[in-house]
Amino acid sequence: MKITVNDEAQDVSATTLAGLIDELGYAGARIATALNGQFVPKTERERAALAAGARVEIVAPMQGG
Amino acid sequence: MTALFYGQALSSALMLGTAQYPSPEILRDAVLAARPGVLTVSLRRESAGERAGQAFWSLVHELGVPVLPNTAGCHTVKEAVTTAHMAREVFGTDWIKLEVIGEADTLQPDVFGLVEAARILNEEGFKVFPYTTEDLVVAERLLAAGCEVLMPWGAPIGSGKGLNNLFGLRAMRAHFPSVPLVVDAGIGVPSHAAQALELGYDAVLINTAVAKAGDPVRMAQAFGLAVQAGMLARMADPMEARDMAAPSTPVAGKAFLG
Repeated sequence: MKITVNDEAQDVSATTLAGLIDELGYAGARIATALNGQFVPKTERERAALAAGARVEIVAPMQGG
Repeated sequence: MTALFYGQALSSALMLGTAQYPSPEILRDAVLAARPGVLTVSLRRESAGERAGQAFWSLVHELGVPVLPNTAGCHTVKEAVTTAHMAREVFGTDWIKLEVIGEADTLQPDVFGLVEAARILNEEGFKVFPYTTEDLVVAERLLAAGCEVLMPWGAPIGSGKGLNNLFGLRAMRAHFPSVPLVVDAGIGVPSHAAQALELGYDAVLINTAVAKAGDPVRMAQAFGLAVQAGMLARMADPMEARDMAAPSTPVAGKAFLG
């Protein structure tokens, strides 16, 4: 299934956001996610189904002012 | 100890940003030299391969300083609110430095979007630190929206110009005597930070002035000392300025040598 992750095209087999996190190797990382512009809490990633064309954002801590 | 920010005193009135340092080691040494009460942090896209964010988080976590996540770079209410939600989950704090940027050259806040985003986030249980201007009407709206702290700019972010509008900052302090106020942005040298505290501000937020100094660690120490000096001066109740001279050496008893 073709989706975009952080604005990069990806072809993935996961069907949920939780599955995607595992598939892309983020398991255990301190990250937050959004699907199609909406924040998806960690506890709801299992229920967040991915469809073709989905836009996923994965963010992590970063230096800031 | 400082004023209470949402019920919490800080160990120092210096809030220090973590961006733009030459290396993670210099950031760590600067934090150890400045001993700030808060470190500001942010969120960015994470690459699964590099995992840069995880290493940064380990460093901040080891330093043991409370963090204040920001919504830097957000230009809309929706972006800022979504970023705040992500930050709350990643950093495990409901504190958020709310930035809704309105203008690219000055990075001045979009105060209309700021008030709207602040209302949404306050209703959702966040403790909002709004990056605002010294405009008193906007400040009133932010307080009405549930904010208990205000963070007016000293000058545009990264400009190092210091306290651009002393009259406006003084008026804000006088108008809101019991609201914790933080000068956020524009401070360039330690004397600017001391000046903000002498004016009665409760804290200063600094990043570029330390990170972009030739020797960030030494500058961090200088800011730490300036903030201590400013706080002491504020507690000591500075003298009133006057237009005419007043001799400091007593005149009485002076020998007549004419």
